[in-house]
Amino acid sequence: MEKANEKAYRLHLMVCAGTACVSNNSFGIKDALEKEINKQGLEDEVLVVTTGCNGFCERGPLLVVQPGNVFYQQLEEKDIPHLVEEHFLKGRPVKKLMYKPPKEKSPIPILSDINFFKKQVLIALRNRGLIDPEKIDEYIARDGYSALAKALTEMEPKQIINEVKDSGLRGRGGGGFPTGLKWEFVSKSSTNGQERYIVCNGDEGDPGAFMDRSILEADPHAVIEGMIIGAKAIGASKGFVYVRNEYPLAVSRLIKALEQARGYGLLGKDILGSGFDFDIKIVRGAGAFVCGEETALMASIEGRLGEPRPRPPYPAEKGLWDNPTCINNVETWANVPVIINRSADWYSNIGTKTSKGTKVFSLVGKINNTGLVEVPMGITLREIIEDIGGGIPDGKKFKAVQTGGPSGGCIPAKNIDLPIDYESLTEVGSMMGSGGMVVMDEDTCMVDVAKYFISFTQNESCGKCTPCREGTKAMYEILDRITKGEGKEEDIDLLEDLAKSIKDSALCGLGNTAPNPVLTTLKYFKDEYEIHIKEKKCPAHVCRELNTYTIDEKTCLDVGHGCDLCRKNCSANAISGETKTAHQVIQEKCIKCGVCYDVCRFDAVKVK
Amino acid sequence: MTQEIITEIIGKYEPDQSSLIAVLQDVQEHFGYLPKDALTDVSKELDVPLSRVLSLATFYSAFSLQPKGKHPVHVCMGTACHVRGAQPVLEAFERELGIKDGETSEDLEFSLDTVRCVGCCGLAPVVMVGEDVHGKISQSKVSRVTKKYKK
Repeated sequence: MEKANEKAYRLHLMVCAGTACVSNNSFGIKDALEKEINKQGLEDEVLVVTTGCNGFCERGPLLVVQPGNVFYQQLEEKDIPHLVEEHFLKGRPVKKLMYKPPKEKSPIPILSDINFFKKQVLIALRNRGLIDPEKIDEYIARDGYSALAKALTEMEPKQIINEVKDSGLRGRGGGGFPTGLKWEFVSKSSTNGQERYIVCNGDEGDPGAFMDRSILEADPHAVIEGMIIGAKAIGASKGFVYVRNEYPLAVSRLIKALEQARGYGLLGKDILGSGFDFDIKIVRGAGAFVCGEETALMASIEGRLGEPRPRPPYPAEKGLWDNPTCINNVETWANVPVIINRSADWYSNIGTKTSKGTKVFSLVGKINNTGLVEVPMGITLREIIEDIGGGIPDGKKFKAVQTGGPSGGCIPAKNIDLPIDYESLTEVGSMMGSGGMVVMDEDTCMVDVAKYFISFTQNESCGKCTPCREGTKAMYEILDRITKGEGKEEDIDLLEDLAKSIKDSALCGLGNTAPNPVLTTLKYFKDEYEIHIKEKKCPAHVCRELNTYTIDEKTCLDVGHGCDLCRKNCSANAISGETKTAHQVIQEKCIKCGVCYDVCRFDAVKVK
Repeated sequence: MTQEIITEIIGKYEPDQSSLIAVLQDVQEHFGYLPKDALTDVSKELDVPLSRVLSLATFYSAFSLQPKGKHPVHVCMGTACHVRGAQPVLEAFERELGIKDGETSEDLEFSLDTVRCVGCCGLAPVVMVGEDVHGKISQSKVSRVTKKYKK
């Protein structure tokens, strides 16, 4: 096994190697840094470290210089020689590579002074950007596995369960069931001489949510440590991590982490000499959203079709191979070591009356600072969107935020001061879900959003029960015709009726919650549905069948001098004209793709 | 030839039904799809009825019974990508490549599929070509992306 690098360095350059930064060439930046550091003869003083996701994905590729917490962003390889010479050799930080908030003049050099990071409280993401996820020693240096040592040597299983119960931790995968209570149920279930199992649900299927991926990539040992503590509490000897196949980096980091933990005697037989045996196996998902549902997930682990079954019996009684099984999601497991280390009292001081601790959200969509944020429960939507997220781009108006993925709903702008917790989100018709937070502005069509989610659940419906299989299809057809200008006045009532029947009669959580995006958009944005149906118009110009594109000939000629860009980009040959003449859209040929509107730099293309 | 590869793949796992999905994943990775012969071999070696192998192969979206292109294009249809315009991007790829979502081009160069969130929401809308992630795509950038991979 690789030993810790014991050499002392003057500076550590933490290069983000989360998926978004990697796709923005962070490995190219890493290589360029190393090359330049060698060239300057700094290789014994400055160390380049690759870390998991830093969270501020919008600004990648990212580099944080430690000590000092100096934050560099949107780096390009050509910036590196200057950066190395100025900052790491001469000690003069390079301002032009630092983060500058939109509309402000001076950059903010220190990470913790940036609004995006300021209001965050890191528990599940405690090690993000600070350790190399592929080195167990770095996790251990940040108190890693000390909670496990405490749980195995100083605590009885009952005490562990009580500590988790008292902390108020609730399931972070969506349902919000009290974690300690679940553990207690599993620990009390009779096994008939068989085993109990621990499962980590890493089948993060909600589109727009990527915190589980990020935790597994940035800090896999946090999840493993949580699972071993859970196993001790409920008396399990075998665990499974079920990870999406779409997350290859998470899978490879987990494999490495498990090997390292075994090498250190933290997994396997007689863990830390305590006489406790436990090991973990990785199971890769195969691309079925429904497998995030716990009974479907277990079926998939057993090598069967990922179809849910009715509950009860709950997995706590009859889970994997009909044995008692404790399933929690990635983020929940990552919270456990901190609770054991810092006490239930400490943890339960954060958050609201019913929702304790923090929640990780992926803040995406029409927002300036997209990325991953961990905030205390009870924070308001306004703080997340305006302070952390930096508001809506291009001066557009905030319209709604969608939480909870396909099972959640859209919360309108008027609720921006809503404090976020499990109960408050349910009250407004949405849910916590796994923590996707998709921001929408005035250019988002709410009927289209509803159609999008129904099309998602329709596609992912496993087909076992009729309400979900046929009901979502019927809802999709209605929404589809509304967005094509063929809606009928009675469609709104029909949608509501269908939604209620599906909610009441579907077999599992996927079906029960599938109508939520439709119900919330109908509740808060009924006027948009009515305009689509009665006026055959899409106010946000998203439903393209309802759009008409025209070119303002005066602007085209006088301002744009007939630049011809729209005609060159039009794949339907639906634009007439040539350079230096005014252009026109030939309506009979137009396929309404909108590319002319996108490429015109002079606002000459109009959409109605 | 196929038989040997299958035997090798199965050898990595416990020889029972619970390994079926993992085995199919490796087969898919090796061949780029699930060839008919391979499925028959898997069924024989794991002693699982072929109907069951097929039911898994058609239930999970990670599996394909058709060969995929040399450059598989995956357009992300996650929520963040959707609100930032993934649908017009998909349609632009369909026009550019002359194939529909789920199809492979006749010369087996390109295949086009949609995926449900690749977890790069910060870069939305996102398209993956093979292992390469292309972020902040718009329909006018589509031909520039495909050009990189064309012969």
